[in-house]
Amino acid sequence: MPVNPVLASFGDLAYSTALVLYLLAMVLHAVEYAAARAGAVPSQVVVAPGEGSVATLAPVATLAPPAPRRGKPERVGRSAVALTVLAALVHTSSLALRGAAIGRVPWANMYEFASAICLVAVTAWLVVLYRQRGAEPVLRRLGVFVLLPVVVLLFLGGTVLYAQAAPLIPALNSYWITIHVSAAATASGILLVSGVASVLYLVRERAGDRVADRLPSSATLDRLAYRTAVFALPIWTFAVMTGAIWAEAAWGRYWGWDPKETCSLVAWVVYAGYLHARATAGWRGSRAAWINVAGFGVMLFNLFFVNIVIAGFHSYAGI
Amino acid sequence: MDRLTRLMALARNTWRGLTSMRTALVLLFLLALAALPGALLPQYALNPERVRTYRTEHPTLAPVLDKLGFFEVFASPWFAAIYLLLFVSLVGCVVPRSAEYARQLRRAPVATPRNLARLPHHARSQSPNISVEEVITAARRRLRGWRIAEGDEPHGTRTLSAERGYLREAGNLVFHLALLGLLVCFAIGKLVGYEGQVIVLANGSQFCNSGPLAYDSFRPGLSVDGTRLGPFCLRVERFTSTYLSTGQPQEFRAAISYQGPDDLAAGAWHPQQLAVNDPLRLGGTRVYLLGNGYAPQFTVTFPDGQQRTGLVQWRPVEIATLLSEGTTKFDPPGVTDDAVRRTRQIAITGLFAPTAAFQGSLLSSGFPDLRDPAVAIDVLQGDLGNNSGRGQSIFSIDQSMVDSGRLKQVARQNLRPGEQLTLPDRTVVRFDGVTRFVSLQVSYDPAQLWVLGFAVLVLAGLALSLTVKRRRFWVRVSPAGPDGTVVELGGLARTEAAGYGEEFDRIAADLLPPGSSQPLVPAAASRKGDVM
Repeated sequence: MPVNPVLASFGDLAYSTALVLYLLAMVLHAVEYAAARAGAVPSQVVVAPGEGSVATLAPVATLAPPAPRRGKPERVGRSAVALTVLAALVHTSSLALRGAAIGRVPWANMYEFASAICLVAVTAWLVVLYRQRGAEPVLRRLGVFVLLPVVVLLFLGGTVLYAQAAPLIPALNSYWITIHVSAAATASGILLVSGVASVLYLVRERAGDRVADRLPSSATLDRLAYRTAVFALPIWTFAVMTGAIWAEAAWGRYWGWDPKETCSLVAWVVYAGYLHARATAGWRGSRAAWINVAGFGVMLFNLFFVNIVIAGFHSYAGI
Repeated sequence: MDRLTRLMALARNTWRGLTSMRTALVLLFLLALAALPGALLPQYALNPERVRTYRTEHPTLAPVLDKLGFFEVFASPWFAAIYLLLFVSLVGCVVPRSAEYARQLRRAPVATPRNLARLPHHARSQSPNISVEEVITAARRRLRGWRIAEGDEPHGTRTLSAERGYLREAGNLVFHLALLGLLVCFAIGKLVGYEGQVIVLANGSQFCNSGPLAYDSFRPGLSVDGTRLGPFCLRVERFTSTYLSTGQPQEFRAAISYQGPDDLAAGAWHPQQLAVNDPLRLGGTRVYLLGNGYAPQFTVTFPDGQQRTGLVQWRPVEIATLLSEGTTKFDPPGVTDDAVRRTRQIAITGLFAPTAAFQGSLLSSGFPDLRDPAVAIDVLQGDLGNNSGRGQSIFSIDQSMVDSGRLKQVARQNLRPGEQLTLPDRTVVRFDGVTRFVSLQVSYDPAQLWVLGFAVLVLAGLALSLTVKRRRFWVRVSPAGPDGTVVELGGLARTEAAGYGEEFDRIAADLLPPGSSQPLVPAAASRKGDVM
């Protein structure tokens, strides 16, 4: 199938537009964050005695009294979210246009893959916000921290990693690319949100109330990190499994300790460790958060270092 | 006796320590950490060439790393020690838990706690116009699908305990046991499977899976002696490739014929297309198209008029343009005296370009497809050293023979198909043309479907254990006091952060009699905890 250069260039244009919109949304979120009064989020932690020795932590944030008129941070924050939604739509259209231009899934090289990861991360973030609607807007202030890695990744994708629209090479030309790479991008994007939540959790725990008191409570951050990780881990497992099935069809073995395979397994093991740590006395809290951050570190390493620096079977997916 | 007790205690404590979650966690991280050098350092099993390069680049560090097994991480004893300990720890944890789970399945839900208000989820209401029996019946109906136990308390108070989400633990156990099964099947596959690579010319040449010697390289499992490989033969009739104008490959396809185990006696051949991502599966044996390249054909006419033709694959050195290097070697015909023969052997060595691009007289390749083939060759004459007893690469000459002066360069020239050159002793070397070759891999792993089965179980178990919530619901109904029947509800999710609030509220709304006084503790308060 020949490449349609017009559609492809429109796709690139949409990509740049989305990047600029994300950047604007991030700036608005930053303004919101800066303008938010410290301590405007009174939150207390109610410790309810659970069953046996397991204490259930249920933070109860008392609702701020209903303001007659929305404050400035509130309005800025709302426009930031609206802008993020717009940016995500434009971003989606950029991937769709590229897909239409090439007649295949638009995530077959690092540029496209990074773009897909970012789209998933933003979508996951918006879903979190949507499910949070009605409650206090404290979670929304995380926007600046979620959009920061997205903007950085998209910028790197558009500059360093950029690749012209082209058909697939024979090794990648399989229906497994749709299944395997989609799952990998989905899991990576959601784990990005999880990683951000854990980093902020650590900041909140370490920096004390002076610096980080505009952040949601550490219990909220912890829960956000945990729930997103729990959602993503089966998807990541599926991605590794379908990768193995594809490897069996393409390379003659389902597992061969190729650097990409090894790193994916390492990431999987680290995330498994994260879930176990959350169920082990003495490992909850900061230690678990560190493990989650390490897991995301391995994912980033797997995306950049393994593709670009280490020669392996996956290096054709490089830049 | 005393010593025995101490020994027993030691063993028991070691076992407890090993099977504790903390140890498992540490082992998990050790596993992750130990696997990393396998990705960072070149590995013998993946690319021995790169290990050699690394060794020459790091002459002091590399021998130490080699000694410690860092170039074969996944075959090293320390890596094995970590995952074996991890799996022992896993067994030690999962087996008792399975037994405990089996007991739990037979046990009734926990009795209703005395003070439901202390639970994370709680609601209460009073109503004059409803009876205890009605509330209990409604609860029983509403909680269909839950495991239920009812109880009586003094003064006509009735209780109901319900529990749900037992599949969570089942998923958890299935996940861990399936991991174990996966590891065992992986090991079995490595034990009885094999992998072999072979290069076959795409001119009707034949390959038969008769034994390890038929392969260019062969990696047998520990219990494979090579005598009973699944018999089949194949013939590579044609190889075609298509490229974009940028040189990016679009399709590789080999037209082959094959004989399966049942066809060998009958002599029947089946035509088949072999492509990347589309292997030939013969029972448990699979044949893959992994690579391709070019084999230039040379004809040497010796001074006495005798001709010999050589057709040997040359190895691609540039994957993008398929510029290839190699050596085609000839023995002079009709020479019985070994000493004489070893002065007249011929080697044609150099570069082949499928689409020649000359910079001066220097040959490079401009495109991977066969558009304008040419070779840039050195012809050497003398002793090739191939009966010295030492192994020799088919792609190169033994440089020590050149260094010692026993093999001399006698010509250097660029040739296109049909062109020829003449050596000082009137020997004529002609470049006839080029044939394509394919590089095939044959794989056999009878356990891989089992691995897949266990992997699916791993995923299913994981999904179950992460999505199902183990939760409890309690009802206490006391008969009419001054304000009517008192209904008290309590809820507890046994899994942290599982988000039980909304479901609890729904059930509570269904059970608390309508029109009764508002719940004293609004259920919304408990929901606030479940951000997102």
